[in-house]
Amino acid sequence: MFGLERKDTTLFLVVIAMTMLAPFLLNPFPQGSAMAQFNAGYPDLMQRFVIFGIFAIGFNILFGLTGYLSFGHAAFLGVGSYAAVWMFKLLSYNIVPALILSVIVASLFALVIGYVSLRRSGIYFSILTLAFAQMSFALAYSVFTPLTNGETGLQVYTSDPQYLLGNGPNVTHLFGLEMRSTTTLHLGNWSFDFGVGYYFCAIIMLISFYVAIRIFRSPFGMMLRAIKSNQTRMNYTGLNKRPYTLAAFVISGMYAGLAGGLLACMDPLAGAERMQWTASGEVVIMTILGGAGTLIGPILGAGFIKYFENIFSKINDGVLHSWFSWLPDGIENFVVKVLAPFFGEGWSLSMGLMFMLVVIFLPGGLVEGGRRIGAMFGRGKADPAPAPKPAE
Amino acid sequence: MGILEVKGVNKRFGGLQALGNVNLSVQEGSVHAIIGPNGAGKSTLLNVLVGKLIPDSGSVMFDGQSVLGRKPYEINQMGISRVFQTPEIFGDLTVMENVLIPCFAKRDGSFRMHALESVRHEKAIFEQAEAMLDDVGMLDKRGMHAASMSRGDKRRLEMAMCLVQEPRLLLLDEPTAGMARADTENTILLLKDIRTKRGITMAIIEHDMNVVFSLADRITVLAQGTPLVEDIPENIKGHPKVREAYLGEAQV
Amino acid sequence: MDALILQFLNGLDKGSAYALIALGLTLIFGTLGVVNFAHGALFMIGAFCAVTLSKIFALSHTTIDPEKLDFLGNPAKIQSPYLVEWFGPNVGAAMIDWAVPLAILFAIPVMIAIGFIMERGLIKHFYKRPHADQILVTFGLAIVLQEVIKYFYGANPIPTPAPEMFRGSIDFGVLIGFDPNAIIYPAWRLVYFLFSCLIIAAVFAFLQFTTFGMVVRAGMADRETVGILGIDIDKRFTIMFGIAAAVAGLAGVMYTPINSPNYHMGMDFLVLSFVVVVVGGMGSLPGAVLSGFLLGIVQSFASMNEVKSLLPGIDQIIIYLIAIIVILTRPRGLMGRKGVMEE
Repeated sequence: MFGLERKDTTLFLVVIAMTMLAPFLLNPFPQGSAMAQFNAGYPDLMQRFVIFGIFAIGFNILFGLTGYLSFGHAAFLGVGSYAAVWMFKLLSYNIVPALILSVIVASLFALVIGYVSLRRSGIYFSILTLAFAQMSFALAYSVFTPLTNGETGLQVYTSDPQYLLGNGPNVTHLFGLEMRSTTTLHLGNWSFDFGVGYYFCAIIMLISFYVAIRIFRSPFGMMLRAIKSNQTRMNYTGLNKRPYTLAAFVISGMYAGLAGGLLACMDPLAGAERMQWTASGEVVIMTILGGAGTLIGPILGAGFIKYFENIFSKINDGVLHSWFSWLPDGIENFVVKVLAPFFGEGWSLSMGLMFMLVVIFLPGGLVEGGRRIGAMFGRGKADPAPAPKPAE
Repeated sequence: MGILEVKGVNKRFGGLQALGNVNLSVQEGSVHAIIGPNGAGKSTLLNVLVGKLIPDSGSVMFDGQSVLGRKPYEINQMGISRVFQTPEIFGDLTVMENVLIPCFAKRDGSFRMHALESVRHEKAIFEQAEAMLDDVGMLDKRGMHAASMSRGDKRRLEMAMCLVQEPRLLLLDEPTAGMARADTENTILLLKDIRTKRGITMAIIEHDMNVVFSLADRITVLAQGTPLVEDIPENIKGHPKVREAYLGEAQV
Repeated sequence: MDALILQFLNGLDKGSAYALIALGLTLIFGTLGVVNFAHGALFMIGAFCAVTLSKIFALSHTTIDPEKLDFLGNPAKIQSPYLVEWFGPNVGAAMIDWAVPLAILFAIPVMIAIGFIMERGLIKHFYKRPHADQILVTFGLAIVLQEVIKYFYGANPIPTPAPEMFRGSIDFGVLIGFDPNAIIYPAWRLVYFLFSCLIIAAVFAFLQFTTFGMVVRAGMADRETVGILGIDIDKRFTIMFGIAAAVAGLAGVMYTPINSPNYHMGMDFLVLSFVVVVVGGMGSLPGAVLSGFLLGIVQSFASMNEVKSLLPGIDQIIIYLIAIIVILTRPRGLMGRKGVMEE
């Protein structure tokens, strides 16, 4: 189906089902229950899951396939957001032109940065991308203030021209379909939110994911993996790695721009902090945590990190105390004291530790972890990448 | 007129004359060996042929076209493939993929943006790759991770990757260096097989005289960056100049 | 002219910090071949050694003086530091005042210990893994270290002043024949500059004149040969890692009066120090020092109003621009060995 192999079709269908049913899947606990704080099924957060999923899928096309580690991808996300907000300011709140411009601007930006950075490889490439991203970040705060509105961030004002606004809605919309509108379904103690914005982003993510699968299985994708594996042999096989890596770089930049545009479509704001190198570090962490070079890994990683950032960070001392209230007082206090640094505000500590553990022990990320657990229970026997077979 | 014509090539590294006025002519369809003691400039010459080094002067013509100043991938696209001393293969990929890649490079040139097509729909290319693997007796290993194979198999795979491109000239850089006796014999058999079946022109740089004399049609002896003699193997064996070059230090 | 000299001096203190961090980075890269993204965190930990010591020195117990009232009308609380009680008002107060310089003594063992633990516990397992993995794991470590510091010290910068006598400025212009008040320069920054010169000289002397240093330099040039000679190069490299950590830590200790330390100062400095290393040449110690000072000074000149009005925003990006140009035109950097990291 979809022109994919059986295994990939199954994976794609699973991802479709998961994203479409996310409002249910992420809200398993009834409202008002003690566990309700672990519900992640609100549109705002679900949007971020899929938007950062797109960002990570794109990053994985570069890093996962070619092995070039970019520390500057947040710059493309940032310019994508700025481009989208400018479309809102100049035309109207319709998100279609905004997204188109985001992708175009990000790809041009990636073309320039990639062209220069890809003249080097290894850590020089990482440092070049880092330098470019930090430069963009600094410029967004200084010279480009007319374009970026500096520290305030770019937003839409009533004085903006908005030439095509007419009688259209005053919030972001897709030909009249407002992104922020939500329908809530109540079932007993449970309530589920269905946001237009979420479903729009989810569909874009599914398309992006589909394209990524196609790229992975294409001769082009095979060439990218060949670059990662052995550049000398690549060269002596008559293949020019430069256009291949540049194409991969630009594609992943377009994904990042799309993600940035979507962020602005959900909330018409853009700030330079989205471009900082630590933001680039975040997508690196997502991709590797999930499993670099695998199809589903980046989506898992993005979901995992965003869940952590938004849910784990809410577990403060009070919550911990209520969890361990069944312990004798002294022990309870001790346990809470030991755990507290890793929860709530300390979520990034847990995330950093987890990231380190994955890099050290599980270079294939969560996907490999899942596979190993599967193998332990004897389901998937040692399953090396099967050789591609021609279509029958 | 040979398929490969090297004329008056000079290359200096600082004060060292690595190649001095090298002339070489490889005839189409022949196996031409280049031998010489350590430091004779064999590797430098090979690196000039594949575009990794640019000589200070002289010309290198392949089939009437100059290779000088071209990048290795451009030279490969002209029809020159290279086998390395230590096999260079795509270790992270499967054996089959290793052979598919040169097939694509041969068909599509140095770059093509076929990002949305599917590898498995390329039937013709698959058949080509399978036939090649069958030829070198590795079809049963098609799904294996290339890095996990023995050194002999890696050499065989690398050879298959070069041959599947149907090169007009195959350069081999000490193809049996560091190999066990049995592997060396196998490689000789493989190369002989390639020669009789495909008639591919080969230039071999080799240390092992056994390999050289069992394969080569012509031999060039290089010493201190300059060709001493070029002749058929029978005449090289007892040639006084060759003995001098190899045993020179011992006689002084 | 005096404005130029002032900018030159202003560049020196930033340049000193860059040079010290870059020196450690390149020491680690040159000896161990490891790209350490956690090096900025070591600088930050050094700064927090100073914070910790000044907090310990300032520990005091509170007594209530019923005679006096504070501004709310309650009985005044009097903080009396233990140090003052133990050593008397002279020595005790002086120790509190000199907490930052004294923290050097405290930081050296702490930083060397941290360096040892890092190298033995983590880095050594990554010698054989690709540079990308080294970057990733040390990046993770940097996050962990900064979050630990954030947990214990909070997110806000903690002012940690220099000793009283260095808090003012000196009229540097008068010393070199300018009019009074032409070149006013904060005293501590001069101290920082001299201190870093001292450290740099010490590191170079150590490498140049001790047998240990000789072996390490030989190892930097050709690790395998040194290994063949039967010298346990690994143990020496561990020690080198400790020294590099100490250098970064000391740079951090002395930097606290210039910029109040916060938990993310390491990340802020990290990117720039990498740029410094690359410009100087991966693995070249003199290159790192030279380019550290050079870039600090260039950055300082770029932030002059005359320059900024000509090229707005240049002060923010000049360092990155230089790095990009250097990487593209001379990838081995100003003083790097030929072939290192070149394609």
